[in-house]
Amino acid sequence: MSNHAAAVGHASEDHHPTWSTYWKVALFLTIITVVEVWAYYIPSFVSSSYFVPSLLIMSGVKFYTVVAYYMHLKYDHKLFRALFSGPLAIAGLTLIGLLFLFSKLAIKIGLLS
Amino acid sequence: MSASTSSPTAPHSESHAHGGGHYTSLGLDNRKIAIWTFIGSECMLFASLISTYLIYKGRSPEGPFPHEAWTNPMTGQVFKPILNIPVTSGSTFVLLMSSLAMVLALAAVQNKGQPVKPGLWNKMLASSKLWLWATALLGITFLGCQAYEFTSFIHEGLTIRTNLFGSSFFTLTGFHGAHVTAGVLWLFTLLAIDYKRGLEPKDALLVDICALYWHFVDVVWIAIFTLVYLIQ
Repeated sequence: MSNHAAAVGHASEDHHPTWSTYWKVALFLTIITVVEVWAYYIPSFVSSSYFVPSLLIMSGVKFYTVVAYYMHLKYDHKLFRALFSGPLAIAGLTLIGLLFLFSKLAIKIGLLS
Repeated sequence: MSASTSSPTAPHSESHAHGGGHYTSLGLDNRKIAIWTFIGSECMLFASLISTYLIYKGRSPEGPFPHEAWTNPMTGQVFKPILNIPVTSGSTFVLLMSSLAMVLALAAVQNKGQPVKPGLWNKMLASSKLWLWATALLGITFLGCQAYEFTSFIHEGLTIRTNLFGSSFFTLTGFHGAHVTAGVLWLFTLLAIDYKRGLEPKDALLVDICALYWHFVDVVWIAIFTLVYLIQ
């Protein structure tokens, strides 16, 4: 391995989470999941306008936590971040675009019959 | 925490030199770049499947439906809401715990050869076989829950051909289940290597790549659980 490779490899992989961090992350993910399921069983909350946004936020936090700590993307080389976040952004925009195209709003403004 | 347990992911850049991979001009192993590129493409695959599910959600003229009861006007048969949240919540927890077991397996491989502090718990933390087995068994448990769910849906009258919900639901969750199955098979190949010659720190990248795939399968399920099961 060249010196350059060794230097870059060391810099990108030196700051990984510790075992205690892994356990804390697992506890955190479990608590969020419990809160999500608990929220599902509260009819007044389910019918409120806060239900869907709060679930999406909790899901997003879980998603980020796994990617950042378990997939150690937070500590890895920026190229790996780009390789993941680029397609993820395309995927998210595609999802939003498709939902818009097939929504009642699109029908209302005449984009879809 | 002992010195052996405080740095579960010791630098393994040196190990890469013996791992059979090739370094790019950035100094990154080509196999790791490949797995991240693959995961990026998988993001787009699952986004298309989730989009399809969400677009078709609520557009089925006939039940059974995920969250609402439905009475068949022809037969008078009443179908209860089909999704079983308690079972799925349990399988979600199982998959999250499998991710924890996977990072512990990777840490055990990276720290192999370092002195282990006395005590059963420290010995367990240092055993890569234990955590690889735990990950695989938790994955199999998740698949068992999915098989139970699919079977009960079919018995209750929902198949992939019944309505739009059935088609999009079985396609999305079936694809995810197939990915979990591939991950379990991958874990068994790592276990076979571990039993045959033992996984050493120089093999950490092999485990790391498998771990990245496994965690990706986990994050996809995090999205599916919320979008398909919880949001009504």
